[in-house]
Amino acid sequence: MSGFIDRLLGRQTKSAYQAKERLKLVLVHDRTDLSPGLLETLKDDLIQTISRHIDIDPAAVHIEMAQDGREQRLIADIPLRPVRRRRTG
Amino acid sequence: MTGKVVTVTSGKGGVGKTTATANIGAALASTGQKVVCIDADIGLRNLDVVLGLENRIVYDLVNIIEGSCRLRQAMIRDKRLPELFLIPAAQTRDKSAVSPSDMVRLCDELRPESDWILIDSPAGIERGFRNAVAPADIVLVITNPEISAVRDADRIIGLVEAEEKGPARLVINRIRPEMVRRGDMLTVEDVIELLAVELIGMVPDDENVLLSTNRGTPVVLDGKSKAGQAFRNISRRLQGEQVPFMSLEDEGGFLGRLTRFIRPGGS
Repeated sequence: MSGFIDRLLGRQTKSAYQAKERLKLVLVHDRTDLSPGLLETLKDDLIQTISRHIDIDPAAVHIEMAQDGREQRLIADIPLRPVRRRRTG
Repeated sequence: MTGKVVTVTSGKGGVGKTTATANIGAALASTGQKVVCIDADIGLRNLDVVLGLENRIVYDLVNIIEGSCRLRQAMIRDKRLPELFLIPAAQTRDKSAVSPSDMVRLCDELRPESDWILIDSPAGIERGFRNAVAPADIVLVITNPEISAVRDADRIIGLVEAEEKGPARLVINRIRPEMVRRGDMLTVEDVIELLAVELIGMVPDDENVLLSTNRGTPVVLDGKSKAGQAFRNISRRLQGEQVPFMSLEDEGGFLGRLTRFIRPGGS
């Protein structure tokens, strides 16, 4: 949504806006030494491990880095599938 | 006296470390405080020419460390600002001639007889940087509103924290208000948000800096220069004064004011 507003106001075409967005990504990876590739591997491992215990939809798993001041956070959003109750007897 | 050691560093070269060191030093000295500026960029010395003291060098930092001269002999006194001293870097040696503990010892010797010790760090994150930061009480990180300078500043801020010298304080140098207004230069707010550190100064891009460097007279001695004013403000903030950040907009005469009146917006 904010992306849409930015486009509407022509903010995304300004070079300073692009510089800031590019820097945000670069700094997150610089600070953690975590490349986008490594993040993908991590995601696959997480999905495998969690799937062994609970039923999840691998396609819905979302992992991202977030900045909180000078601290970085790894945020994983893993939606669970509803439990299918088996009828006994 | 117990002098405070302020290290000026940046990671990236060419963002204005030496200019900042010379000018903050001169601004502090002009208010009567005793300031010793140390050029820690061994092999690529430049603080001497920016201060206009290059013709008076006899001994240098490496001579002091090696004991081939006394500390006093290598301190060049500025004739315009009698409270300002320079310890120049050696030009024909490299950074390995000095160790971080040498710098700590030198600053401990200078502290009792000065108010401020300013260290001009070399670019990079190697030995020269560690030498410059080892004795620091306060670290100033200089950057420009430009992608590579901000990225390197972020790296340096992290290293300063790792050396337990943080939090670093940020100086954003060479801001061009007209480009910021157009949306073609990162704003001060953008840079602070990205780096998440405290700002201690914002300095506009100012031709007078080059003019004063050409002459070897720090721009803070030029009462009319905006950059000079910005560096004077930094020196006051270092002393604990609350100084509001000045507007970088040049009033630009009648026409400038008129266009801004018609088309406000931008910051």
